[in-house]
Amino acid sequence: MARLIRTEKEVEGRFTEQWIVVEEDALDQWPAGPRTVVGQPTRRVDGVERATGAAVYTADVQLPGMLHAAVLRSPHARARLVRLDLDAVRAAPGVRAVIGPDDLDVLTSEPCYEGHGVAAVAADSFEAARAALELAAPEWEVLEPLLDPEEAVRRESLLAEPRRHDRGDFDRGLAAADVVVQAEYRTQTLLHNPLETHQSVCHWEGDTLVLYTSTQNIWGVRDEVADAFGLPHDGVRVICRFMGGGFGAKNDAGDYTLVAAELARRTGRPVRCALTRREENVVSGNRNATIQRLTAAARSDGTLTALGGEFVSALGWDGWLGPTAGPMQMLYACANVRTVEYGAKLNLPPMAAFRAPGFVEGTFGLECLLDELAARLELDPLELRRRNHADSDGTDDRPYTSKNLMECYRRAETHWERRHEVRARSEGPWKRGVGMASQIWYGGGGPPSYAWIRVGSDGRAVVVTAMQDIGTGTRTAMAQIAAEELGVPLEHVRVEIGDSARGPYSVISGGSSTTPSMGPAVRSAAADVKRQILEIAAQRFHLEERVLDLKGGNVVSADGGSWSLEEVTGLLEDAQILGKGARGPNPTGMRVMTFGAQVAEVAVDVETGEVRVERVAAIHDVGRIVNPLGASSQVEGGIIQAIGHALSEERLDDPATGLVLTQTLDAYKVPTIADVPEIVTELVDVPDEHLTNLGSKGLGEPPIIPTAAAIANAIRDATGADVRSLPITREELLHALEAAREQERRGAAAPA
Amino acid sequence: MLELTINGGVHTLDLPVDRPLAYVLREDLGLTGTKIACGEGHCGACTVLLDGIPTLSCITLAHTVGEREVTTIEGLREHPLVDAFVRTDALQCGFCTPGQIVSASALVAANPSPTRDEVRHAMAGNLCRCGAYPKIEEAILTWRD
Repeated sequence: MARLIRTEKEVEGRFTEQWIVVEEDALDQWPAGPRTVVGQPTRRVDGVERATGAAVYTADVQLPGMLHAAVLRSPHARARLVRLDLDAVRAAPGVRAVIGPDDLDVLTSEPCYEGHGVAAVAADSFEAARAALELAAPEWEVLEPLLDPEEAVRRESLLAEPRRHDRGDFDRGLAAADVVVQAEYRTQTLLHNPLETHQSVCHWEGDTLVLYTSTQNIWGVRDEVADAFGLPHDGVRVICRFMGGGFGAKNDAGDYTLVAAELARRTGRPVRCALTRREENVVSGNRNATIQRLTAAARSDGTLTALGGEFVSALGWDGWLGPTAGPMQMLYACANVRTVEYGAKLNLPPMAAFRAPGFVEGTFGLECLLDELAARLELDPLELRRRNHADSDGTDDRPYTSKNLMECYRRAETHWERRHEVRARSEGPWKRGVGMASQIWYGGGGPPSYAWIRVGSDGRAVVVTAMQDIGTGTRTAMAQIAAEELGVPLEHVRVEIGDSARGPYSVISGGSSTTPSMGPAVRSAAADVKRQILEIAAQRFHLEERVLDLKGGNVVSADGGSWSLEEVTGLLEDAQILGKGARGPNPTGMRVMTFGAQVAEVAVDVETGEVRVERVAAIHDVGRIVNPLGASSQVEGGIIQAIGHALSEERLDDPATGLVLTQTLDAYKVPTIADVPEIVTELVDVPDEHLTNLGSKGLGEPPIIPTAAAIANAIRDATGADVRSLPITREELLHALEAAREQERRGAAAPA
Repeated sequence: MLELTINGGVHTLDLPVDRPLAYVLREDLGLTGTKIACGEGHCGACTVLLDGIPTLSCITLAHTVGEREVTTIEGLREHPLVDAFVRTDALQCGFCTPGQIVSASALVAANPSPTRDEVRHAMAGNLCRCGAYPKIEEAILTWRD
C-alpha cells in the first residue's frame, strides 16, 4: 500500500523536509558478504558498447535537418550592452533563427560574469552559426567587476544568509585547552572538465519537446524546461542513454538547453547546442574557491575541546553555499564548535556541485589543521583521530545508521606503519613521507525512486527505470541486484534506462545517491516479479507457494523438485509478468553517512619543489558493495581527481578583469596516466542494517574527499613544511619550505 | 573530390579544404565512435590511426590525409584490447575510451609486451577525466590474456 510520509530528503548535504509517497519495503536484507551475483566483481554490462564507440552519447545524436546553435557570450565580467546588430546576424548565410536578450530569460544585455549568454543563433552548421555571431559587433560599456570574496563579504554581496553553527561554548572550550592551533587554508577554483561537454539536442514533436541532453538529472531537467516553456511536465521528454561524465556539473538544464529548445521552436527543426571546450571551462560550473580561518584546541591527551572556523566561499554570480564547515561539525567528537560560512556573490562564473561539494574543501583545511595539532601535541596523527572518534552526529546527537570508521583506521594501520620505511628511503633532495586523513560524507540516498521489471515467456527480465548512468556503472549494478533477487544469470537481465517517457522516476546521479536510492527499488521490483512467478508455479505444479523458490534459473521446491524458469514463464505466451518497486524511507531519527580514511605516500624534491604521489591506500565504509570491480574504479577515479586538485589543477582568473585564463585542456592541467600512483583500495563491505532492503551507501564521492589533505600531511611529514594552499605548485611548496626554515631559525634563536 | 580509405573501405567525398578529419568521420560518414572532446588537439579523444600511427583527427585536415589508410575504433571492434578494457573495467563514462583503445592498439602493434613505463609514455596524451588510468594500464599490460 502506498503511504504518504513526511521525510527529510538530503542531496549533497542540503536537507529539505518533504512529503513523499513510499511503498512498503518488507524485504529482509541479504546476509553480509558476496552473493551469487551481488558482491561479485562484474564487468560492465554496457562495457563493449562504450569501448567500441557504438554507444550513442548526446554528442553523437544526429537528427534529419538538424541545425547548430552558437551562443554570443559576454567577453567581460561585468558590462552593459550599448549596441548589438542582430539584423546583421539574421542576414548572414545559413542562419535560420536569432534570439537576443529580450527573447529568453537566460540571455541578458547586462552580463554579470564572463560568458553570460547574450544572444544565440541557429544555422545550417556550427561554423556558419559562429561566423554569423561575428557580425553582431556588440559595443559594451564595461563596468567594474567585484572579484575579491573578502571584499564581497565586507560589502555583504552574498548569495545566502551567513550560515552559523554554534554548539556548546567555544570560548570555554578554548580556555580549557592545553594547545591551540590556528591557521588559514585556501582552496582554488576547480573545473569539472567532463570529456563530453554540456550539450543538448532539442526538437518539437507537436506540443512535445524531445530533448536529448548530457545530464545527471533527467527528471530535474524535465521539470525545469517544462516550467520555462509553460508545458505540463511530460510535455518534455528527456533522453540520456549514455553521457560522458558530469561530476556534479550536469545537474541542471543549463542555458544551452533552453537556447536549443527556443531555437527549435522558432525554426521547427531539431537544434543542437553544444558548449565548446573553452565555453565549458568558463560557464559550465566550477568548484568554488574557499578561504578557511580555522582553530582547533585540545587537551594534552588530544581530546578536542573546541573547533572553530570562518569559511568564505567564492561562489561567483550564482550557485549555492556548499557545506564547507560540515567536516568540522561532524567528523570528530567535540562539544564546542563554532562555524560561520559566507557565500560571496562575485562577477565570476557561477559555481556548480563538484563531487562532494563543500566537504572536499572543508576536509582539506580541517585534516591539515588536525595534523598541525598532532605535531604540537607530539601525538601520532592516527591516534589523535581515534581519540576523537564521534559515536553520534555532533550536530544533533542522532545515532548513525552504521559507522565503521574505527575499522577503517584499523585497516589503515598496515599502511600507516610503512611511514618509517618510507621516510628512510629519502635520498639527497628527495624527501619522503606519509600522511593520512579521514572522511565523512552523506551518501545514504532516499525515496522517491522507482523501477519496473517485466518478464516475458522466455524468462528474461527487463528492468525499466528512467535513470541515467554517468559512468559509475549503474546499469551493471541494477542488473546484478535484479539477477540476484530473481535467481537468474546476469545475462538474462537487461536494463533499459535514460528516457523519461519510458520508465518511472529515478533519483539524480549525484550526492552518491544512485545505488542506495535505486538499488532497493530494483530489488523491490524483482521481489514483486518473483512472487508472481512463484504464484504461477504453485498453481501449475499444485504446490504451496511457501515451499517454492527461484534459484539458479530454476523454480525449486522444498521437496527437491526443480523446473526451469522458462517452463513456468513459457506458460505466459504473450502475457507478461509486471513487477514494480519503490525505494522505502530512511529510518527516522538517524543519520546516514559514509566514512573512510586514506594514507598517502609522497616524494618531495626540496630543491625544485616537485611533488610525486607514490602510493595512496584508501579504506572506505559505504555499506554493502554491489560490484567490487566497479567500486574499486570509483575509488581510483576519485583519488586521481583529488591528486589533480592537490597538485596541478587551478582555474586562473585575471585579477583585474575577472576573465578566465585557463580555458583549454592544455592550460588547465588534469592528471594524465603518468601522474597516477599505486592505489590500494579496501572496502569494509558491511551492510548498513538500517538502510532499507540493500544496506548499500554511495561511493561516488567519498574517495575524493580526504586525498588532498593526506598528500599535504605527507609533505609535512617528509619536509616539515605546512602547505596551506591548493594547488601545491612548486612555487607554493618552495614558499612553504622557506617558511618552515624561517620558523626553525626563529625557534633556534629564541631563548630556551 | 577526395578519396579516403577508412577501415578498409574507400569513400569519395566532396569536402571544403578546412574540414578536419574528425568531423568528416562523425558527421559526414556517421562514424561516431571517434569522439571530439576539445577540438584542439589537447585530449586524445579523437585519436585515429593513419597508416598505423596514432593521429589527432580533430586537428588533421581531411585533405592532408592523402593515401594513408584511416583506422577508427569502428575498424578495431574485434581487437583483443576491447575485451581487455571491459574485463579490467578500464572505462567509466567511456567517452575517452575509443581514443584510448586506438592509441593502445598502435602501442601493442609496435611493442606487444610493453612495460608499465612504456604504457604510460604512449598513453599520456589520452586524457581520462573519470580516472580509469590504473585499469587502462592493466588492460594494456594484460591485453593478450
